[in-house]
Amino acid sequence: MTTIRLKNKLAALLCGITLLNLPFLVRANEMKDTAGDAGGKATQIEIKDFHFNPQTLTVKSGEKVTWINRDDEPHTVVSVEKQFKKSPPLDTDQEFTITAGAPGTYTYFCSVHPKMTGTIVVEKS
Amino acid sequence: MSDYISHDHNHDGIDRRGFLKCMAWAGTGLLWTVSGGVLASKTLAEIAKTGGSLPTATDLSFLQVSDSHIGFSKEANKDVTATFKIALDRINTLPTPPSFLIHTGDITQLSKPEEFDTFDEVLKSCRTKDVFYVPGEHDVLSDNGKLYRDRYLKSVEGKGSGWYSFNKNGVHFIGLVNVLNLEAGGLGQLGDEQLEWLKNDVNDLGTSTPIVVFAHIPLWAVYPQWGWSTSDSEQALGYLKRFGSVTVLNGHIHQVLQKVEGNVTFHSAMSTAFPQPAPGTAPSPGPMKVPDEKLRSVLGLTSVQYRHGNNALAIVDSNLS
Repeated sequence: MTTIRLKNKLAALLCGITLLNLPFLVRANEMKDTAGDAGGKATQIEIKDFHFNPQTLTVKSGEKVTWINRDDEPHTVVSVEKQFKKSPPLDTDQEFTITAGAPGTYTYFCSVHPKMTGTIVVEKS
Repeated sequence: MSDYISHDHNHDGIDRRGFLKCMAWAGTGLLWTVSGGVLASKTLAEIAKTGGSLPTATDLSFLQVSDSHIGFSKEANKDVTATFKIALDRINTLPTPPSFLIHTGDITQLSKPEEFDTFDEVLKSCRTKDVFYVPGEHDVLSDNGKLYRDRYLKSVEGKGSGWYSFNKNGVHFIGLVNVLNLEAGGLGQLGDEQLEWLKNDVNDLGTSTPIVVFAHIPLWAVYPQWGWSTSDSEQALGYLKRFGSVTVLNGHIHQVLQKVEGNVTFHSAMSTAFPQPAPGTAPSPGPMKVPDEKLRSVLGLTSVQYRHGNNALAIVDSNLS
């Protein structure tokens, strides 16, 4: 892994993101060890067609995870075991970010459409 | 020939052709009438056209309105307040006003106070003043339904998270809440406390009492893959099995679907805001865009009429075009 590769990926990402995401991306750049798989993109979970994509996401402890809602329908992000704060209702294009805590497996769902479920696997940083 | 009833084998005002036509009206309003325990419905358009074969003074008619989604402004309908107003205008032009309205949830899009305010303001134009509510999941997004309960349960004795019952003209009405405390991976849910209440609520009623149950999410398995079902509805329906006439009304799926199972008739109403796809025909159940000129044909109301002695309620769906 090289710094140059990361910078290229960051530049590509910046083309398609909102200013709100900027602090998150800068932080992702600092976490060189975690950006190898999808260039930092994997720390974003897209909500589309009543699904969380990717449905399972692996991150390092301390890394940030952002959900963005691409549906015309509000969704929420709620930890099944109440392990992290729940999101407010996310309308179209709204985001919600948490910082991954202690290593472990965290399952979550949309409390509005409980069929929608996802998992975050947090590994040691 | 009538607009949509050509064969009435069961003398309940509904035939196959009529039902199919009702299906085509998905998204509009339906006037429900209870007649001797059997619900019958008619389109508002037809009622207006014929001068109204509405119930006599001894009968009961009420109207179901659903899924107004005030605050929604996406492609599928950029002005849901306007279409809600049209629905109310239709109600106001009925020759005989319905006794009351039932709103089967999703009053608002995001449970915002200003969305509820708009709804309340627009509703003032309706001649029919009595409205009974159950919440949709869109009405309880932020506060577990507190704002909803503070506003819409004033005329009833709400129990638990807001369920209740009342009697009108010998018909027992039950408003259930199946959009709260949902579990991951699950469906709509009533919960043990509400089920226990329901069991006691109907315990002393005679089996000839017509029952009307209304809730937001369907109490039958319309399409569980999309969450269009309620996980513990079987138990609830078990308590109602002994009754000769049970009518179950819901919203949530923004289209007319009906199913009859023994003495139980299940019926889902159109929305006044936007249509949703038929089960399994799209990647998701999200709002469906139709050509602008077609929108009002897929929005609507449901009317219900009840006539003593017949023990049947007639259910009629009508669209807003």
